[in-house]
Amino acid sequence: MKVLVTVKRVVDYNVNVRVLSDNTGVDLNNVKMSINPFDEIAIEEAVRLKEAGKVEEVVVVSVGASNCQEQIRTALALGADRGILVESDAEMQPLAIAKCLKAVVDNEAPGLVITGKQAIDGDNSQTGQMLAALAGLGQATFASEVELGDDTVTVTREVDGGLETIAVKLPAIITTDLRLNEPRYASLPNIMKAKKKPIDITTPADLGVDVAPRITTLKVTPPAERQAGVIVESVEELFDKLKNEAKVIS
Amino acid sequence: MSNLVIADHNNTAISASTLVAIAAAKAIGGDIDLLVAGAGCAAAGEAAGKIDGVSKVLVADNEVYGHQLAENLAELVVEVAGSYSHIVSSTSTSGKNFMPRVAALLDVAQISDISGVVSEDTFERPIYAGNAIATVQSSDATKVITVRGTAFDPVAAEGGSASVENIDTVKDAGVSTWEKEEIVKLDRPELTAASIIVSGGRGMQNGENFKLLESVADKLGAAMGASRAAVDAGFVPNDMQVGQTGKIVAPDLYIAVGISGAIQHLAGMKDSKVIVAINKDEDAPIFQVADYGLVADLFKAVPELDGLL
Ligand SMILES: Cc1cc2nc3c(=O)[nH]c(=O)nc-3n(C[C@H](O)[C@H](O)[C@H](O)COP(=O)(O)OP(=O)(O)OC[C@H]3O[C@@H](n4cnc5c(N)ncnc54)[C@H](O)[C@@H]3O)c2cc1C
Ligand SMILES: Nc1ncnc2c1ncn2[C@@H]1O[C@H](COP(=O)(O)O)[C@@H](O)[C@H]1O
Repeated sequence: MKVLVTVKRVVDYNVNVRVLSDNTGVDLNNVKMSINPFDEIAIEEAVRLKEAGKVEEVVVVSVGASNCQEQIRTALALGADRGILVESDAEMQPLAIAKCLKAVVDNEAPGLVITGKQAIDGDNSQTGQMLAALAGLGQATFASEVELGDDTVTVTREVDGGLETIAVKLPAIITTDLRLNEPRYASLPNIMKAKKKPIDITTPADLGVDVAPRITTLKVTPPAERQAGVIVESVEELFDKLKNEAKVIS
Repeated sequence: MSNLVIADHNNTAISASTLVAIAAAKAIGGDIDLLVAGAGCAAAGEAAGKIDGVSKVLVADNEVYGHQLAENLAELVVEVAGSYSHIVSSTSTSGKNFMPRVAALLDVAQISDISGVVSEDTFERPIYAGNAIATVQSSDATKVITVRGTAFDPVAAEGGSASVENIDTVKDAGVSTWEKEEIVKLDRPELTAASIIVSGGRGMQNGENFKLLESVADKLGAAMGASRAAVDAGFVPNDMQVGQTGKIVAPDLYIAVGISGAIQHLAGMKDSKVIVAINKDEDAPIFQVADYGLVADLFKAVPELDGLL
């Protein structure tokens, strides 16, 4: 079986993101860019399936500008076999990205697609589900455990009340949650090896996808600031303040 | 304008987050219809009819909607969508699961997790873990929207008198089956609906020590929360996680114990009215958002607080 893994290039999760003073967006100048953390988990899961002999090939795909090749390269160093970049400088929203991915799925016919549950830049949590709908496939979102069978995949999902287990016919789309696994680090020999692995480059136009945005960002502003608080000296003082000043306990 | 809100429910009662989604629909304007899809969900349908501001309740009661399987639910919603201008749900794990499918099948964008309504086509939503608020305008004819549970005051669950209609559309995509669930039984308020939350982090050291917090929570009638680190370490179940990728909460009082205050955690709780932090590290970032900070060893401070309550 072939597994397709999606990777998005995003601002690293350790970066303290700042809004630009002209309110047009956030400051992306010289900030560290990484693979979306949930996509690292997706890669790890695919690579483990390959190591377990259940999967023959792991293909990673990214949609975006030419520099997304850096993240594809990292995925290759983590154990993926080859990469696909759907290259475009246009601002792309989840629906357009899902349409590009659907075209890739049509071409590659994977048995399983693993995406992250959420990209930590836009916090949309849409792309995997949209891809599943467009490709007419079943989905198992927010996965914390995956058991791959011959015709179905059984997935434990993190839901509001706890955990839920569903079985989905293959091919299917899985989106990863944080507890699914702990991603490995790329070793130096693997980083060297990854340099020789192939990356195919295509474009939305080649794939026949219209990526025109449906949503316009009018402005981006900083969130409301919290008033600075106080440090209390003792538990008694804390109790007193909560009771008599904030009046949140009785 | 007309809104179709998709209800979150447990077949008997409508969730509090749905009352918030209805409040957002009210802010958008126009009629509000509520779709209740489930198996054996007549009681939920009846409860839905009493919700303030709802014109019509549509009940789809069939096995195939039993566990809110995304494929079946999305096809049903698309069939019912008709001429509604806005399709709305809460940002619950169910809403996040099926709504993007609805949007894709309708060939429209989804506007996720809105925190404000500017006009019928313009909305505010947090991005980058709440470090920025984007104001976005949709050009699609149908707007598919999920609503942040803390962003609007819920409408009243009683006082309305909507008509309740059954619809017999059966959509079974036949691709997925529900097998089992481990739903944590709560004898405390639900996290997203609680007015006080007591939350523990890695500083708690183990699951057993969470009993210290439970005792405080019981005295305050509070819900229990946790950081991702506490969940990852297996101290507590995942449904307690607060943060960017967990639950978003905004209680009157949030007490963070042994939590450092990583940006991903703050994203889930910094809209709380009053924040208390107990941490032994005076440089912990949690103190930057805390109204009351106590620099102390939690194993001393928490029992002491418990004693005062
Ligand atoms: C993609 C992604 C998404 C994430 N989503 C979330 C999310 O939704 N929610 C979330 O919470 N995290 C999330 N995280 C994880 C987040 O980055 C932090 O790792 C996590 O919040 C840290 O949890 P913590 O504060 O409990 O642990 P730590 O950062 O280890 O802090 C423990 C704190 O306890 C204090 N402490 C220790 N012992 C004591 C004592 N005896 N008395 C008093 N204080 C003590 C320490 O001083 C320290 O400040 C996410 C991370 C990633 C990469
Ligand atoms: N531009 C992209 N290229 C590749 N994968 C993407 C892209 N955008 C989103 N994804 C995938 O979809 C997941 C969810 O993203 P989102 O819907 O934006 O929250 C991510 O974790 C990725 O796996």
